[in-house]
Amino acid sequence: MSHASTTAESEDSSTIDTALSTESRDDRSSRPDETVIRSSGLDVYYGEDQALDGIDMEIPARKVTALIGPSGCGKSTFLRSINRMNDLIDVARVDGDLYFRRKNVYDADVDPVALRRKIGMVFQKPNPFPKSIRDNVAYGLRVQGKTDDVDGRIEEALRGAALWDEVEDRLGESGLELSGGQQQRLCIARAIATDPEVILMDEPASALDPVATAKIEDLIEDLAREYTVVIVTHNMQQAARISDKTAVFLTGGNLVEFGDTNEVFSNPENDRVEDYITGKFG
Amino acid sequence: MSTDTDSDTAITAGVARADRVRDRRVRRTLFGCAAITVVTTLAIFAVLVDNGFSYFYGVKLHEAVLGATLDQQVSLTEFVTGTRWAPDHARPSHGILPIVYGTLAITVGSAFVSIPIGTATAIYLSEYASPGVRSKLKPTLEVLAGIPTIVYGFFAISFVTPFFISPAGDLLGYNAGRYNLLAGCIVVGVMTIPMVSSLSEDAMSAVPDDLRNAAYGLGATKFDVSLRVVLPASISGVFASYILAVSRAIGETMAVTLAAGQQAQITGNPFNEIMTMTAYMVSMARGESAVGTVEYQSLFAVGMVLFVMTLTMNLINDWIKRRYREVYQ
Amino acid sequence: MSHDTAESLHTDDSLRWEKLKNRLFLGLCISASLFGVVALVLLLADVVYESVAGIVEFDISIVHFLTQGARRDPEDAGFMAAIAASVWLMILTTLMAFFIGVSSAVYLEEYAPDTRITRLIEANLANLAGVPSVVYGLLVLAAIVNGIGTGSILLAGAIALALLIVPIIIVATQESLRAVPDGLRHGSFATGATRWQTIRGVVLPAAMPGIFTGTILALARAIGETAPIIMVGILFTARTPPGPFDTFSAMPSQIYIWAAQPQPHFHHLAALGIVVLLAFMLSMNAAAVFLRNRYETDL
Repeated sequence: MSHASTTAESEDSSTIDTALSTESRDDRSSRPDETVIRSSGLDVYYGEDQALDGIDMEIPARKVTALIGPSGCGKSTFLRSINRMNDLIDVARVDGDLYFRRKNVYDADVDPVALRRKIGMVFQKPNPFPKSIRDNVAYGLRVQGKTDDVDGRIEEALRGAALWDEVEDRLGESGLELSGGQQQRLCIARAIATDPEVILMDEPASALDPVATAKIEDLIEDLAREYTVVIVTHNMQQAARISDKTAVFLTGGNLVEFGDTNEVFSNPENDRVEDYITGKFG
Repeated sequence: MSTDTDSDTAITAGVARADRVRDRRVRRTLFGCAAITVVTTLAIFAVLVDNGFSYFYGVKLHEAVLGATLDQQVSLTEFVTGTRWAPDHARPSHGILPIVYGTLAITVGSAFVSIPIGTATAIYLSEYASPGVRSKLKPTLEVLAGIPTIVYGFFAISFVTPFFISPAGDLLGYNAGRYNLLAGCIVVGVMTIPMVSSLSEDAMSAVPDDLRNAAYGLGATKFDVSLRVVLPASISGVFASYILAVSRAIGETMAVTLAAGQQAQITGNPFNEIMTMTAYMVSMARGESAVGTVEYQSLFAVGMVLFVMTLTMNLINDWIKRRYREVYQ
Repeated sequence: MSHDTAESLHTDDSLRWEKLKNRLFLGLCISASLFGVVALVLLLADVVYESVAGIVEFDISIVHFLTQGARRDPEDAGFMAAIAASVWLMILTTLMAFFIGVSSAVYLEEYAPDTRITRLIEANLANLAGVPSVVYGLLVLAAIVNGIGTGSILLAGAIALALLIVPIIIVATQESLRAVPDGLRHGSFATGATRWQTIRGVVLPAAMPGIFTGTILALARAIGETAPIIMVGILFTARTPPGPFDTFSAMPSQIYIWAAQPQPHFHHLAALGIVVLLAFMLSMNAAAVFLRNRYETDL
């Protein structure tokens, strides 16, 4: 089992802040990694079934980390355990540790609501609220009490989600009027409007056509300038195209390979991963 | 600027505390509202028992518990075995049997209307009718259940009795009164048809087509399939709909008051006037009987009997529903 | 004969009887289905006929009927006070039942853990829906009219009707809440909303058309309820429109008073009253259907 790059531990995180967002992608990738999310020995059970088995992973800041694997391998479960969306499933049970920065999110004093205000999420199926485009983006702001300069934040979020040009004249229309790809970008705008540190994406393009998918992929690369992005995808080409780090889950909820995307795709350490990536398995 | 320390505190309870507190407060308020429904049931039971007690012993149950002396005015034996019901009469008597008979007569009589017609309608809707016909016929019939029962009462005295029952009575040599048992049975039967037809049809439609096809494959006709396959397979759901219709008939008030009358008697003649328990309650309320009189107290004793009867029906219905679910698993 | 396939595929005598039996059975089923429809048509025709007869034979003026209160003299009697009482009843009933009903349903669907208390509340709802309406009247009569000592006021009648329709509103609201896709809830939770923020911001707005539809249908049932009103109120002919703290006679109880009188003139008044009552119910149902169709496709 391969772990996150060794540079993570030696990194002095206090020297890195959000001002980095203006840097180009090349500058960013040349810098040593700062770990934002670290799991250690994470097990998740749904009732009697074990969905994740001892996951150790370190997710670097302001990079795109892709979680890939066949369906049922636990990659979505891992994603949902980061912002404790698994709490909403009655039978779900979590063992082990999952740190957001230096705080274990499963500690008793952690409020999942507060956690989710730091970690945004975009779902597989676009789920805009049956409200106007404006209200969809403003929803998280209202919820979190960030009521100053709402219009400015809405515009910023929509620009950030590459949707502003398409909707600036019709912010009052229902979010449900938009096309599928636009709806998904609206959901991304909704997630980034509140300025979270991490954005989780659960197969965000799987319900979209190729053109809309391409737009989302471009957008994800842009988002990584400012946010830490963790994306679940069943599409290996997509993972190869957009991610900096790749984690491969195989059946049984095991993480079998984790490392720089180029390494994982060109020279996987694990034979089963090689089989999976070359299409012999899965 | 987000540093490690910031994030640590940011995800512990601090930030969302105000929202959390409001969430808990709202949750408690909502639970309180849901609890009101339970309180309602308890209050109904308490009121009926407490006041019903005073009918027999002169003081309310809670007063008796607090030490008031009992003053027996009505004996329980007379109540359950007596055959004359006239608590407000100058020479009062307290046998509830005549008005229980009235309620049961209406219930059984209306079931003779609603059950056969409702079941046959359900078979037509489920086995014969095209989707277009069903989508119009079913809601049309359900209008019958939505019409206020007072309107059925009016229908009985202005149409059913003068145009059907009086001529029929003349033909058979009986003199039908303005109020009569038969009219009550007919209008209550009609208003409960949709309960039987809609709920039975739901049960019949839930029967898997495999069963029908198996029967057709053996050369069965539609008649055989309807009566020997679909009806037996859906019998628990169909039976539950009967219970519901019967339960509704027991508690039916205005239609029977207007149609069947207010004369408490045990009679086998369907052209005679009778009185149901509910009709008695309406007649007492009309009489503006003073609080504390035996007539007022009798309302609650009768109400208790009525409540127990419908509760029994509901429990039977629950029991059938639970069995019904098991059958299809 | 069964050996001869060609022969036995023809209709023989026993099959002819089968066919006849089938046709008779279908005829029976169709007649049964038509019975209900015919009964409905007869009932409505009877009400209309009696009203028209009242207008023609007894010179009942519709304007007078709709603008005057009830009188002991049928020549002079009107429905205005009863209409006003029913409108008041509906307003007060809605104020009480809507909040309690929707709140209870939100608790049961969105908050309630699967405990014995929750199951008790759910089972009790089914039981309450089966309690005869006259019993709700008894409850309010003993607990509020004579217990608290309010007397037979309109507000007490509204309480009886509210208790009666709360279970109906709860069930309708639960269905609407269940129809809201979980994706919307998750979308809201993921932005860091609390459960209540999610319910108020996303779930309730999405469920509201269904909730309104169910509430209107419940009110349409309440407006025609006679027995609890009679148990709570004193039966009398109300001359003037009442307020919430006055004694009252609502549409259905006024219809009952008139229908129970021996004079035919009162009968026609009752028929006209029924037309007005049914018109109210019809418009409420139409509003409910309109709401449902208007918002059905939005989710």
